[in-house]
Amino acid sequence: MSEVIVVTSGKGGVGKTTVTANIGAGLAMLGHKVVLIDADTGLRNLDVVLGMENRIVFDLTDVIEGKCRLRQAMIKDRRFGESLFMLPTAQTKDKSAVTEDDLRNICGQLREHFDYVIIDCPAGIEQGFQSAVAGAEKAIVVTAAEVAAVRDADRVVGILESKADIRDPKLIINRLRIEMVQRGDMMTLEDMHDILGLELLGVIPDDEAVVVATNRGEPVVVNEQTVAGRAFRDIVRRIQGEAVPLMNLESREGFFNRLRKIIGFR
Amino acid sequence: MLDFLARLLGRESPGSKNIAKERLRLVLIHDRADISPQLLQLLKNEIVAVISKYMEIDDKGLEVSLEHVDKQVALVANIPIRKMKRVANI
Repeated sequence: MSEVIVVTSGKGGVGKTTVTANIGAGLAMLGHKVVLIDADTGLRNLDVVLGMENRIVFDLTDVIEGKCRLRQAMIKDRRFGESLFMLPTAQTKDKSAVTEDDLRNICGQLREHFDYVIIDCPAGIEQGFQSAVAGAEKAIVVTAAEVAAVRDADRVVGILESKADIRDPKLIINRLRIEMVQRGDMMTLEDMHDILGLELLGVIPDDEAVVVATNRGEPVVVNEQTVAGRAFRDIVRRIQGEAVPLMNLESREGFFNRLRKIIGFR
Repeated sequence: MLDFLARLLGRESPGSKNIAKERLRLVLIHDRADISPQLLQLLKNEIVAVISKYMEIDDKGLEVSLEHVDKQVALVANIPIRKMKRVANI
């Protein structure tokens, strides 16, 4: 049983690529066979987030033009044995190089060989988005607890349901700033649920470790010592069907507050 | 679950998040209904014009808005009537 999931957001810069990379790596760590497709033609980034930018020979558009076979364009992430592959897209072409039928066709082929096919969708709701969602049957909507990101997420959900026939997309709230939530300056999970009405797949607290991991080209999910890493591990377990409770965000803050008091830093 | 989350994070507070939530609520009603404030104003004017033929209404107390309930949008009009007309003024 394989699943084709698109990771989308509407607004740019909320963390689609980071989420795609970490969910893919996390699922691979649990032993699933995973392929990640970068559908952001012209502005690809999944390769750098995964640290595989120097290994690209062929890409998605070469496959579409028949210049190579699908297998030749896929790059294996050696850190995860035989479990994680990435299909890059072209950096020097534009979104018109990949049509809805192209991605439908490629996802159809890949799902024969993988447990999870995960598509990193471009920002926006134009052609690139429409192609990216065409082959998917499920969607993860990434947003931040900010008005612009939430508004765009809502728009994307409407389009997914009405045009792409993808029902019940799941929500990931990225870069939640717990201290801002606690003082009432950032919307809570409950607020987000009220507004968007989506099932919550997970929350990723704002964590510097994500920037550090991306600098190094390794997904933060590998590092269980980090809050973001643990949040991604929980999300991955939920994707494979486990009921994992949300991590206790407040006690983490409580711990840090206590620590600050102990060392007299306030 | 939501109560738990509310206790976890959502203590009511005077912070700016309530402003964000309220603004989003209004914006999304219009986004989802695909109707602009200008269009709503035109609709309001026409409703007033039609109803005014039959009854005298208080157009200062008049409210027409789109409201969002679950996943549906409703057009809600609150139109105070001053008095009924006996003869249609057509």
